[in-house]
Amino acid sequence: MSGLSISKLHATHGHTAVLRDLELTVANGALACVLGPSGCGKSTLLRVIAGFHHPVSGTVTVGDRVINDDRTHIPAERRRIGYVPQDGALFPHLTVAANIGFGLPRAERRERVAEMLDLVGLNGLGDRHPHQLSGGQQQRVALARALAPRPELLLLDEPFAALDAALRTELRTEVAATLRRAGATAILVTHDVDEALAFADVIAVMRDGQIVQADAPHTLYHQPADVGVARTLGETNLLPAELADDHAITAFGNLPLTADVPTGDGVVLLRPHQLRLAAASGPHTVEAQVVACAFRGHDYRIELATDTRHDLPERLITYADTAPPEAGTVHLQAHGPAHPIPDAEPAAPAHARLTAQTATA
Amino acid sequence: MSTLRPLVRPSLPPVLRWRAGRALPLVAGLVALVVACPLVFIGLQAGRSGWDSAGRLLERPLVGTLLWHTVSLTAAVTAAALVLGFTAAYLVERTDLPGRRAWTVALAMPLAVPEFVHGYCWVSLIPSVQGYWGAVLVMTSSLYPLVFLPVAATLRHSDAAAEEVARSLGHGRLATLWRVTLPQTRPALAGGALLVSLYLLGEYGAFAMLRFTTFATAIYTEYETAFDTESASILTLVLVALALLVVSLDARAARRGRVVREGTTARPCAPQPLGRWKAPAVAGLAGVVGTTLGVPVYALVYWTMRGNSSTLPSTSILSATAATLGYALGAAAIATAAAVPVALYAWRRATRLARAVERAVYLTRALPGIAVALAVVFFAIRYAQPVYQQPPLLVAGYAMLFFPLALTAVRASLAHVPHGVEDAARSLGVRPLAVLARVTLPLILPGLGAAFAMVALTASTELTATLLLRPTGTETLATQFWIYTTDLAWGAAAPYAAVMTALSIPAVVLLTRRTLGTPRPSKGMR
Repeated sequence: MSGLSISKLHATHGHTAVLRDLELTVANGALACVLGPSGCGKSTLLRVIAGFHHPVSGTVTVGDRVINDDRTHIPAERRRIGYVPQDGALFPHLTVAANIGFGLPRAERRERVAEMLDLVGLNGLGDRHPHQLSGGQQQRVALARALAPRPELLLLDEPFAALDAALRTELRTEVAATLRRAGATAILVTHDVDEALAFADVIAVMRDGQIVQADAPHTLYHQPADVGVARTLGETNLLPAELADDHAITAFGNLPLTADVPTGDGVVLLRPHQLRLAAASGPHTVEAQVVACAFRGHDYRIELATDTRHDLPERLITYADTAPPEAGTVHLQAHGPAHPIPDAEPAAPAHARLTAQTATA
Repeated sequence: MSTLRPLVRPSLPPVLRWRAGRALPLVAGLVALVVACPLVFIGLQAGRSGWDSAGRLLERPLVGTLLWHTVSLTAAVTAAALVLGFTAAYLVERTDLPGRRAWTVALAMPLAVPEFVHGYCWVSLIPSVQGYWGAVLVMTSSLYPLVFLPVAATLRHSDAAAEEVARSLGHGRLATLWRVTLPQTRPALAGGALLVSLYLLGEYGAFAMLRFTTFATAIYTEYETAFDTESASILTLVLVALALLVVSLDARAARRGRVVREGTTARPCAPQPLGRWKAPAVAGLAGVVGTTLGVPVYALVYWTMRGNSSTLPSTSILSATAATLGYALGAAAIATAAAVPVALYAWRRATRLARAVERAVYLTRALPGIAVALAVVFFAIRYAQPVYQQPPLLVAGYAMLFFPLALTAVRASLAHVPHGVEDAARSLGVRPLAVLARVTLPLILPGLGAAFAMVALTASTELTATLLLRPTGTETLATQFWIYTTDLAWGAAAPYAAVMTALSIPAVVLLTRRTLGTPRPSKGMR
């Protein structure tokens, strides 16, 4: 049984199309994340699911209840879908307990509120008002309030965006744990990759009003559907390669592929940590110059320029545990499987553009 | 979790739900329609007179004189108010002037003295204050706080960073003031200038007192003395056109000077040391306060004492106060209740329709009081004869006239309602009407109170519409005051003026506090 399923969803703001033919399925009990840049329509998607925005067409189903199709629009208050907006939107005139109990029948309020305060670790703060709480505490109250009426689905709209970095990391781990404990199906919307990777079982990458790819974080990171998804998830090295069934022939020698592909020219993806500095020159190493190096605490981020003769992009990026020799020549090695990117123009490599031109000429 | 028992309430039958969802735009539209209808009635009335007589009237030299009087006075007073208002605001908000809080109150207080009372105070003390220059003096004294307050608010809340950057780029104090500070306050200056001009266009009492004819006094004379409703309505139409012209000029100025600042909260500026200019600055402000506040207070005290020595305080002041408050409170209740749906509609939906509804309502703010009053009179004479010169008509007139005040106050309080609380409440399974009762209305309760108080207090000192709409047989504070001053009974009029001024003080305090704001406790997030 599916927690949430959306098909052929179209939505507009005035005359501007915001969601176009959107498809999304989230399994029951899963924590899903919709990841995309600002303005891609992810907040609108959430508001459609919550019932605040009327879509033009499409079907939205929660469990086996159709909450939106061409004939039905169940109002927000009857959807049993919880909603945590970006700034929490606590009711400023009510205490924490009254906030959490807002959606509960009077008779069950006391017991359930105590239970929820316990769940989010705010015991003893029930009599406070929202302005007496810290930002993180406010978000916990907002979460408790949304979970209190036992919604079938919980929606979180960038709930950690307004918090500072350390608190954000702490709170999102905690919220994910709370949601798993409560057995909730939840959808989190964010533009923060780290947040998506840390929080979700499933990440749906959204672009221009469509879901481009929805997969487990690991799959999405290593096997993106296209260049855009690859870049959304992190830094990329896109190398021209000769593809032959299960391996690719590149400047770094033969690399195994993540999936079988038809033979021919193509582009493969190597993530920065798949490139490593080698001790010495070897048969499958590539010589490169260090252009820039930044120490990031847990590692070094190194930008390298290779010589044009290898057909490589202008810049390669690698993460290394140790500092490279200053402004010197290094030798690069590639590790692990490369992922073929089907739609494939190589990423702004001077040499590749040149070959493309000669090909057309 | 869907296996657990859901804790939600039973819901309404579908028919009722549908209505609740659609009712708001309907009610809001209806209110806007009612509030905007004076314009229509003036048009209708003027149309009845036909083009010929309209043409004849408009070609009379009178109209040229009126236009010249009105426009030249508006230009002079607005300019004077801008200079005075900006200078005072800069001194109070940005320099190390001693006693800045007290100055702020003293500089805003002239608003508590109604314009026609200002006129009375000067004329009764110095009979030679009259005509154009008298009008410039009196109207500038009574209206410059309308510039002072918004400019002071902008200066108080604007970020120091822009000025500091200007200084770091090598601009001196004066250059920074001219090229950075002044442009930052341009929207406030434009808004203040708009208010001043609109007040001037609509003012009747003060000009009648100062024997200076403008459109408003001419309209009143045509209607009350000559019983010429057609000329009155044609002149009103010209006046309304002038007002709309002013509004459109202001809209252009405000668009050009939009100040964009987002994100972080403003850091206040360090006050500029005045140095050797301190004494002249204090003397200048003392002169301003003495002229604009000292003279009226002196006149009111003087005439009240004199009046009391000759005649006994009459009981009629009590009955006039009671009648005034009765009408004013009724109007305040209606205006506030009507403002809620319009404000809610515009706040919830940023659709073009919602904005249009709200803008239409604000446009009525430009309608001079005399125009609204005449429209109500025409309407009553033609369609509602039984209520003509009855209390309901006066209450309705007040409610229409001061509706924008109520709307502004309700909108201001809605702006502080955190975004998304209504959505959050609905997602918890609460019906829209219950959301209104449990979340939205409790949150804007202070705003509703402010709206109610503003309308009630402003209405209780209104003169022009009251003269035209007053029920037969009752006198309000303003009309009784007017009767005495027309007979030059300065002493007898003084207590009425004093009571009206006293009633206005809370409104001015409220307005000052709302405009300048008090530092809010930070909300933790954002």
